[in-house]
This record gives sequence, structure tokens and C-alpha cells, in this order.
Amino acid sequence: MAEKEGHQTNYMGVFWWLLILTVLEVSVVYLPLGRLVVGVLLVGMALSKVTLVALYFMHLRFEKLTLGLIALTPLVLCVFLTLMLLPDAS
Amino acid sequence: MNQAISATAEIEPAESPLIPGGSGKLGMWIFLVGDAMGFGCLLAAYGALRFYSDNWPKPMDVLGIQLTAVMTFLLICSSLTMVKALAAIRMGRPKAMRNFLLLTILGGTLFLGIQAYEWTHLIEIKHITLTGNPYGSVFFGTTFYLLTGFHGAHVTSGVIYLTYILIQGLRGKFSPARHGPVEIVGLYWHFVDLVWILIFTFVYLL
Repeated sequence: MAEKEGHQTNYMGVFWWLLILTVLEVSVVYLPLGRLVVGVLLVGMALSKVTLVALYFMHLRFEKLTLGLIALTPLVLCVFLTLMLLPDAS
Repeated sequence: MNQAISATAEIEPAESPLIPGGSGKLGMWIFLVGDAMGFGCLLAAYGALRFYSDNWPKPMDVLGIQLTAVMTFLLICSSLTMVKALAAIRMGRPKAMRNFLLLTILGGTLFLGIQAYEWTHLIEIKHITLTGNPYGSVFFGTTFYLLTGFHGAHVTSGVIYLTYILIQGLRGKFSPARHGPVEIVGLYWHFVDLVWILIFTFVYLL
């Protein structure tokens, strides 16, 4: 979908979500939860924040799908690298 | 939509590129994708080193996460002022754009100031360096300074880039019809914010 010049994004809404998620992230590390649970929660919240920034602040939501797919390629590389590096680390 | 046009017309119309904003915007996206791969490599290496280390210190015991939370808050605020600057020039309000750009630069500069303070504290008081760490694995310091340093270099470049755009704005170079450079610097700045979100989570909180 081509960018719509007239699109109205509620930037303040995105900002508040980013702020709430940051406060939650900092709070979660102090909670008496298991390491895995904290890890999953933190990664989930970080990915939500990244998605919000990319979709609304960087306007990916209003760009063509092809550009969104191109923007996703580093993530694929990162997962691939992690999987390739882990057995090597020992 | 683009594919449909390509399939039906032999010559792709000049007005349907991948990004309607022009080649500058596409150039910045290509740069950002490459840059993200650079950060991705560093983060993956960090993950691998940490995963197999048996004496990796708990980051929140060594690094001050309250101070870093303030840094995160500053970058989120500066991302907001950046989108507001773009929205302002799109609506034909150059003065508001300049004020928002100035606030964005201020946010980035404060971030760098706090990072300089943090590094000084870690090096001089806690004696964590690139090659030494009294709290455990030596790679803790190496990866910490490499990741936050590479990101800090991006913030520094961003502040310089934003200052250049602000000067252009003060010279009246932007208007609702010509706001491309503001949008492009915004893409870079939001990317810097986006990477910090990941560093904050993986290096400081996890």
C-alpha cells in the first residue's frame, strides 16, 4: 500500500504505549519470577516496542508491503546467526 | 499493487517506485537494513558468548538500570519530538518543526551525556574495561562497550545529522511540498531508538 500523505497517526498514543512497556520491563526484573518467564516477558515487550516504532514512527504501516519485507531481513539474519553461533560458542 | 502494475504494463510507470518518497528515502532504508545487520551480528555474538559463559554477572547487579531507564525515556521522547517535527512541516508549520528538531537534538545530547557519565563510572569506580571485569567474564565488558559504543556512535552521528537538518530548516529550505530530508533524518533517528530498545533489554535487563 502506498504511503497515504493524509494518514493520521496517534503519535501520543504510541508514545504512551512505549512508555508503559518500558515501565513494565523495568518492573518485571524486580518481580520474584522464574528466569525463563522474565526472559520471555522481556523479549515479548521489547519486540512489541520495536514493532510500534517501526510501524508508526517509521511509517512502515503506510508503506508498500515489499519495503516491510526488506526491513524484516536483518531479523532473519540475526536469528540465523544466533543459531549458527550457539554450537560454536562452546 | 506494484506487482499488479508490473504484470500488466511493460514499462513500469515512473510514479510507482518501491517508495513514493523518492530515492533518498529508499537509500536510507537500504542503509538502515545494512546497519541493522551490523547490530544483529554484534547482538548474536553477545548472545553466544553469554550463553556459554559460566561466570557472566547479572547485568542489573553491575549496571545501573535506573539510569539506563532514564536514557531509554529520553530516546523515546526524542522519537516523539522527531515525528512531531515531520508532522509540523507537513502541515506547513516550519517554526514548530524547528522547535521539535531542537528538542530532538537536546534529547540525543542528554542521552550521550548520561552515557559518558555511565562509562566513566563503570571504568573508574567499577573497573570494568574492554579487557577486564572484576565481576566475572571478561567478555561482559568487551561486549558491553562494543554494543553501547557502536550505538553511541550512531547517536552522535544522529545529533550531527539532525543539527545539519535544523540549520537547513532555519534557512527555510523545507515546506509541506519539500519535507523529504526531514522524513529521512527521522527514519535514521527512529532506527537509533529501535536499536536502543533491544540493547536495553538484552544487555541491561535480561
